[in-house]
Amino acid sequence: MNQRKAPETLGEELRRRGMSRRTFLKFCAALASSMALPASMAPVMADALAAARRQSVIWLSFQECTGCVESLTRSYAPTLESLIFDFISLDYQHTLQAAAGHQVEAARETAMKENWGKYLAVVDGSIPLKDGGVYSTVAGETNLDTLRHVAEGAAAIISVGTCAAYGGLPKAHPNPTGAAPVTDIIRDKPVINVPGCPPIPEVLAGVIANFLTLGRLPEMDALHRPLAFFGETVHERCYRRPFFRRDQFAKSFDDEGARNGWCLYELGCKGPETRNACATTKWNRGVSFPIESGHGCIGCSEPDFWDKGSFYAPLPRGRRSSAESIAAAAQMAAGTGIGGAMLSRASRKEDLEDG
Amino acid sequence: MSTERIVVDPVTRIEGHLRIEAEADAQGNITHASSSGTMVRGIETILTGRDPRDAWAFAQRICGVCTLVHGIASVRAVEDALDYPIPPNAQLIRNLMIGAQFVHDHVMHFYHLHALDWVDVVSALEADPAATSELARSLSDYPHSSPGHFSDVKKRLREFVESGQLGIFANGYWGHPAYRLPPEANLMALAHYLDALAWQRDVARLHAVFGGKNPHPNFLVGGAPSAISTGVERGRRGTAVDDAGLALVREVIGQMQDFVNQVYLPDTLAIAGFYKDWFRRGEGIGNFLTCGDFPEKGLDDPATYLVPAGVILDRDLSRIHPLDLEDPQQIQEFTAHAWYDYSTGKDSGLHPYAGETRLNYTGPEPPYEHLDVGADYSWIKSPRWRGRPMEVGPLARVLMMYASGHAPTRELVNSALHTLDLPLEAMFSTMGRTAARAFETKIVADQKTVWYENLMANIRAGDLRTHNQELWDPSTWHSEHKVRRGIGYTEAPRGALAHWVVIEDEKLANYQAVVPSTWNAGPRDAKGQFGPYEAALMDNHQLHDRQQPLEILRTIHSFDPCIACAVHMVDKEGRELVRVRVR
Repeated sequence: MNQRKAPETLGEELRRRGMSRRTFLKFCAALASSMALPASMAPVMADALAAARRQSVIWLSFQECTGCVESLTRSYAPTLESLIFDFISLDYQHTLQAAAGHQVEAARETAMKENWGKYLAVVDGSIPLKDGGVYSTVAGETNLDTLRHVAEGAAAIISVGTCAAYGGLPKAHPNPTGAAPVTDIIRDKPVINVPGCPPIPEVLAGVIANFLTLGRLPEMDALHRPLAFFGETVHERCYRRPFFRRDQFAKSFDDEGARNGWCLYELGCKGPETRNACATTKWNRGVSFPIESGHGCIGCSEPDFWDKGSFYAPLPRGRRSSAESIAAAAQMAAGTGIGGAMLSRASRKEDLEDG
Repeated sequence: MSTERIVVDPVTRIEGHLRIEAEADAQGNITHASSSGTMVRGIETILTGRDPRDAWAFAQRICGVCTLVHGIASVRAVEDALDYPIPPNAQLIRNLMIGAQFVHDHVMHFYHLHALDWVDVVSALEADPAATSELARSLSDYPHSSPGHFSDVKKRLREFVESGQLGIFANGYWGHPAYRLPPEANLMALAHYLDALAWQRDVARLHAVFGGKNPHPNFLVGGAPSAISTGVERGRRGTAVDDAGLALVREVIGQMQDFVNQVYLPDTLAIAGFYKDWFRRGEGIGNFLTCGDFPEKGLDDPATYLVPAGVILDRDLSRIHPLDLEDPQQIQEFTAHAWYDYSTGKDSGLHPYAGETRLNYTGPEPPYEHLDVGADYSWIKSPRWRGRPMEVGPLARVLMMYASGHAPTRELVNSALHTLDLPLEAMFSTMGRTAARAFETKIVADQKTVWYENLMANIRAGDLRTHNQELWDPSTWHSEHKVRRGIGYTEAPRGALAHWVVIEDEKLANYQAVVPSTWNAGPRDAKGQFGPYEAALMDNHQLHDRQQPLEILRTIHSFDPCIACAVHMVDKEGRELVRVRVR
């Protein structure tokens, strides 16, 4: 199994496995829709995928808790097994890799050499910069050295989770190890952030799939996040928002309001200031998301959310009022399609002012 | 000396960053082993000064594999400090969530982290799907055992191998003579590797119902965050814990029990049957510690714990020594070979309430080839019970339940050992540890039905309480004690876990965690006593090929390392305060 033959293209592989072009197109259409791309992109994506070798992915784990990797294994579409057996070649990943020690390092070097300039680097965890980086090493090498070395030959980098994207928990005050995010270190490569503690697995899988099919990273906002998933706040799409508008708030975690799904604003919910797809994509096959299970959003996909005060302190009153008046304005404009769009734009503007 | 240093870094298929340096004699026998954690974040420093009600979220991020366990230990520690009782429903919901974590985590460990130490994936290409089906059907009535199913898996594997892009299987130790399963068993195990990936996604949904998501579900000091929404008007959505959500929980419990009974347990015993020599090596300490968990009523009633607390010494199952986590003579952490300083001297041990840690890296400047294992060599401390190293985890728990006379445990262990024709002493080994994990998974999975039925009975009787609001507001915490201290403990999948907190002026003044992989993966102490990983590797291990350290991986993986958990540190501000408090 250690010998390498000339690799075939993904299209050939899929055909041999009996996947019809029709099925394949359907997959690509679903992918396009998940990334908010027009349906006309599906055949383009299908052609791109069919022509490609399985995309080499090199996954680097630094100051992390492995929650991001665990999260990816919970993805339903595409599944992890579909990703690693059918669509990507996961050439270096500590949690899943069979080999260990120098064999696994050799596998990484080989994959980098064979795919120089083309492989996708995925990073989870922050990078400690203090004291020469001694606070995290792999194979005797600092995370900083490994990141620089691997980034050099990467086509693009995906920073997975809030630690790789913004420094996350290790960077929380007083940042004992000088932890830093990828974007503080790598400035000459395209980097996309998929924040969340952990990120929603389908969001991460979607970003990888987007790169596979289009060969580039999806459209991003100023914080390098994919707009398709981070364009709106959790609050804007929350099923409890009608209660917010009616001033109906749970006052404790098991009172009548809490049982009836009233808004968790007064129990500290950070949904109004948090951009993520939790309220729409939801978690674990759409079973729930934090607010639906009675706990306020803790804002885990936002930069420095660990240092923004208690998770149970309500957001300042003024912001709520302004959010509410915007919501009311949008209500008045309802009846046409304009309301939703207006609300969305207005809330976004308000969030930026607050942020 | 004809010894040669063997370095395994990174140790893969674990959580976190672990490095093993071993020495072997001319015959390949391991004569010395050193376990090193190579990453530190400083979460306990970060926790200082925070709102104690927030601590669970920080602590939970110690680890995302054993997600939940640090959240549980944290809310329990704060509740202990504040004398904060929680409603019975919250206790049952926590039991259901901790239990789900055991079942989910142990199955994933076996198939996705440990199996490739015993299963040669390439050999599966030689398997006959019909014979594989016959083998699978002889082991259990698991439905996905048809020749067609195995034929599909084999085809998928062949195409994967022929693509030349081997991904996570590249450079594996395939063909190593220590792999002993017949091709059919290898194919069956590979099929179950894939099935387990799909299964774990489904059973993680139990956490999503009560905690909103998995990994990292939400918790709450004073109870459970998930209000119960049974009886909420049809068509209105209250919380995920409504009739449909509770039905889903019951469905998931069934899925868990089925997979454990039909796949995980039979596979473990079948594979163990081919590796019986691994019941004779890999347990070098002989001391076992549990802090106990799964209370029937409340944490203050240890008599009702499913897993009792205690200590077993020198493999003597006839005597269980009582454990007191508060006793400074019992629990101490040492840093004699770790990259920390103690104000009381490098050779002293400190109880976690008095714990202090100053990062002091004295290792080689990276990049380096070797650590100086005669000096300091790890970010992991060395916890000790009355000065002695302890193994924690599934083996410790199964031994504790066995020694204390838990009937289902005795029956399961005795019957499995009888089938394998092995004595009880065989449990003190690498494979004994791996088997113990499967045993306790079944015990916990079975017990989940009881917790679920109790929760449903409470709900039917009209008890919907999930949170105690009484002490939620920090202004209610003031008492005659300015400083309040508490211990929160739990049995995590990887072993005994405890958090020590000190609260002053409504803020955390000190936070300390002694976690399973600190007990197991720690370096030598001041007396030169090896930690459990190290001692296990020095117990009858002969390397067939120094370039392919398969034997090292087998034993290390049998502990299910979690190194992000193992490495931690405490604050500098809290130190003085806390020292005064120690009796």
